[in-house]
Amino acid sequence: MTQAAGSNSGSNTGKPTRGEICAVAAAEAFRGNGEILASCFGTAPAVGARLAKLTFEPDLLMTDGVCTVVDNPSPVSGPAPAPIVEAWLPFRTIFDHLWNGNRHVIMAASQIDRFGNQNFACIGPHAKPTAQLLGMRGAPGNSISHITSYWVASQTKTVFVEKVDIVSGVGYDRAAKLGPASTRGHDVRCVISNLAVYDFQTPDHRMRLRSIHPGVGIDEVVANTGFELVIEGKIPETRSPTDEELRLIREQIDPKGFLNKEVANPS
Amino acid sequence: MDKRTTEREAVSELRDGMTIGIGGWGSRRKPMSIVREILRSSVKDLTVVTYGGPDVGLLCNAGKIKRLVYGFVSLDSIPLEPHFRKARQAGAIQAAELDEGMLQWGLLAASHHLPFLPTRAGLGSDVLAINPDIKMVRSPYPALGSSQGEELVAMPALELDVAFIHMNRGDVRGNGQYLGPDPYFDDMFCRAAKRRFMSVEKIIETAAMANEGPLQTRVINRTMVDGVIEAPGGAHFTECPPDYGRDEAFQSAYAATAKDGAAWLEFKQTYLDLENEAEYQKAVRKR
Repeated sequence: MTQAAGSNSGSNTGKPTRGEICAVAAAEAFRGNGEILASCFGTAPAVGARLAKLTFEPDLLMTDGVCTVVDNPSPVSGPAPAPIVEAWLPFRTIFDHLWNGNRHVIMAASQIDRFGNQNFACIGPHAKPTAQLLGMRGAPGNSISHITSYWVASQTKTVFVEKVDIVSGVGYDRAAKLGPASTRGHDVRCVISNLAVYDFQTPDHRMRLRSIHPGVGIDEVVANTGFELVIEGKIPETRSPTDEELRLIREQIDPKGFLNKEVANPS
Repeated sequence: MDKRTTEREAVSELRDGMTIGIGGWGSRRKPMSIVREILRSSVKDLTVVTYGGPDVGLLCNAGKIKRLVYGFVSLDSIPLEPHFRKARQAGAIQAAELDEGMLQWGLLAASHHLPFLPTRAGLGSDVLAINPDIKMVRSPYPALGSSQGEELVAMPALELDVAFIHMNRGDVRGNGQYLGPDPYFDDMFCRAAKRRFMSVEKIIETAAMANEGPLQTRVINRTMVDGVIEAPGGAHFTECPPDYGRDEAFQSAYAATAKDGAAWLEFKQTYLDLENEAEYQKAVRKR
């Protein structure tokens, strides 16, 4: 196992783990969002949103995962301080809030295609799926109403697919057919995986390789993608955490290193 | 009017093929004592509308559900409800799977006696492909920068024959009070239904409700309720704060039975094949 597989009691200046790189990529996804509700599924996005709030996006709103907005979201692991509650946000108000557009959610994707159509509802035919997953949850409404990004903890060709089995989160090709009024809130911002970061900043909004995590080769990315990615020019490396960011992650946000259990560190 | 009744009397009103709504959310403040009574009954072919938790898993397992209208089915601390998954993967139920917000919209439409409410939730997604009965509607007002109105999802009203909810406190007349962090959509379930039954942890004097929590906790008024059932521990094993949290050990044991026929049989004999709710509560205490 690697130095970070268990606890994070070690140095704060050592080489960042792959999980920490992913968390920083998730934090970067929120850059420029300002005063907006940041919601996350998965450990790396949860660490990333907290990191963004503690550093360059202090105005982000975050919930306790249930129904209150808290100014000091509890750490992903380790002891939690008493919450500083800012507001009440029960489920019915969540729908009001998200349909209003003031939110950026990072959802998980069991499957995602080149236009950002996402599935976490089920695998196989919907009438009798081979694997029932989460169900539609709020993905259709989220993706059409506000900024949506996706997190894939283990990128393979069975996740980055030519065609998703069922569309829960709406991608760019489908949104384009709906017209501008219906999709004023649609903004699939980015996809973060354990290998790289992707966005849709291409003329027809096909998925583009935006940056590649340190230690990952383009061949590894391509080998784990089931469709043709847009790969233009020299691909930058996903930025590494600063010493201060590493300290925040390891001492304050995730002292038990849950992050490194979600994302395998390359040996 | 004294509306006190029992789980058995309430469930005796159900008929095969009815549409029922179940309040709560996931594994939170579910009217489980009523669900357990449905398991004891002979009713079948139900359409169940809910933000699903173990209520759905148990009803699926007992073969009570013909059609499920839902956005998700989760045990919260266990993200996927294993008995529901099993039923889905066997193709045992018709799955009217919606966006969570569409479900709210359908309940709100029914509670306002509207045929539908427009929403963008669902547009472009396969929610519409798997629910061919859901139609689109064009706005009569031109969209910004267009001569045409926007095309929206016309979420149909989810009209319920019977709604079941669980509250922390109530009085004999059907005023109800939740004391936890979230009212969920229980008021909408009641307003969307022809018959409404509310189980409560404790029936108290109307005047005493003021001592239990602020005015804003009084979300259910007596026009929304036909029968009140006193059911201490009635939400078990889902959470019902501040009266009790989720019984995680019990829930884990329940979830584990999905993979093991013998374990399920033992669970069923110990906790479900019982005469009534009092026997269930006794069995739970005996663990």
